Amino acid sequence: MGVEAYMGVAGVLFVLGVVCIISRRNILYVLMGIEMILNAANINFVAINRFGNGGLEGRMFAIFVIILAAAEAAIALAIVLNVFHLFQSIRPSDADMLRD
Amino acid sequence: MSILHQQRAFYGLLTLAILTSVGYGLVSHGAEGMAFGFFSSFTIAGSLMCIWERSVVRSAFSLMATFMGVAGLFLLLGSDFLAMAQILIYVGGILALILFGVMLTPPDLGERSLPRIGGTLVFVLGGASLVWKHVMDATESLAVLPVEELTPMTSQDQSVGLAFLHPEQYVVAFELAAFLLTVALVAAVYIARRRTADFEPEEAA
Repeated sequence: MGVEAYMGVAGVLFVLGVVCIISRRNILYVLMGIEMILNAANINFVAINRFGNGGLEGRMFAIFVIILAAAEAAIALAIVLNVFHLFQSIRPSDADMLRD
Repeated sequence: MSILHQQRAFYGLLTLAILTSVGYGLVSHGAEGMAFGFFSSFTIAGSLMCIWERSVVRSAFSLMATFMGVAGLFLLLGSDFLAMAQILIYVGGILALILFGVMLTPPDLGERSLPRIGGTLVFVLGGASLVWKHVMDATESLAVLPVEELTPMTSQDQSVGLAFLHPEQYVVAFELAAFLLTVALVAAVYIARRRTADFEPEEAA
C-alpha cells in the first residue's frame, strides 16, 4: 500500500470529523469530531514518515499530538461540565456568554 | 421508513462496505492489502456510526472502532510504540473521559437530523474539492520512496525512548509536555470543581 492510500483514509476521517462537529447539536459531538481530526492528522504524520527517509520525526510529532489530545480532552470535559452548570444546556449555540 | 428499517439498512451497507474493502485489498495487494482494507474500513465505519447514531453513548462507543482502526494502521506503518500509545491513551483515557461527559450531562435523544448532516457533508466536500488540486500538487512534491526501497520495519520502542531522552533531540519538548500535562490536569480539576459558594445561600436560607 502506498502513501496515497493512507492519506486517502486520513482525508475521509478528517471530513467525517468536520461533519461531526458541524452537524450535531451537542458539545460532546464537537469533542468526538476533534478527536477524529487529530487522528487523521496522526495517520498523515506517521504515513509520510514511514514512506520518507526512515527518521523518527513524524512519529515523535504524532506522540506529541496524542499527548496534547489527552490534555485537551481533560480541559474540554471540565469546560463542558461548567457550561452545563451555567446554562443548563449542552448545545454549543446556547453557550454565548463569558459569564452569567 | 421506520427507525428499525433505517438502522438495518445503515448497518447492512456498512457491513457490505467493510467486506468489499477487505476483499478488494486481498485481491489487489495480498495479506497487507487485506489488513489495510480491514483497519481503514473499520476506522471510517466507526466515525460514520458516530455521526449516524442518535444516542451519545452509542456514538462514543463507536468511536472505539475508529481509534482501534487507527492503531491498526499505525501497526501496518511499522510504529508499534505509537499503536500501543494510541490504544492506551485514546481508548483507555480520552474515550473514558468522553463517557464521563456523557454520563454527567443529560441525554439528548432524537436531535439528529439527516438533512442537516447531508447538507454539511455536501458543503465540506465542496470545500475539500476547492483545495483538492493544491493538496495533490503538494503530494507530488513529497520526497516519497517507492515501496521496494523502504527501510525494513523493526520495533521502534527503544529508539523512540532514546530520542525522547537524548539531550540533543526531544528532551526539552518531553519535559515541556510533562509540564503541560500537569498544568492541564490541575486546571481541569480547578475548572470542574463544584464551587462551595453555590451552596451557601441554601444553607443560610
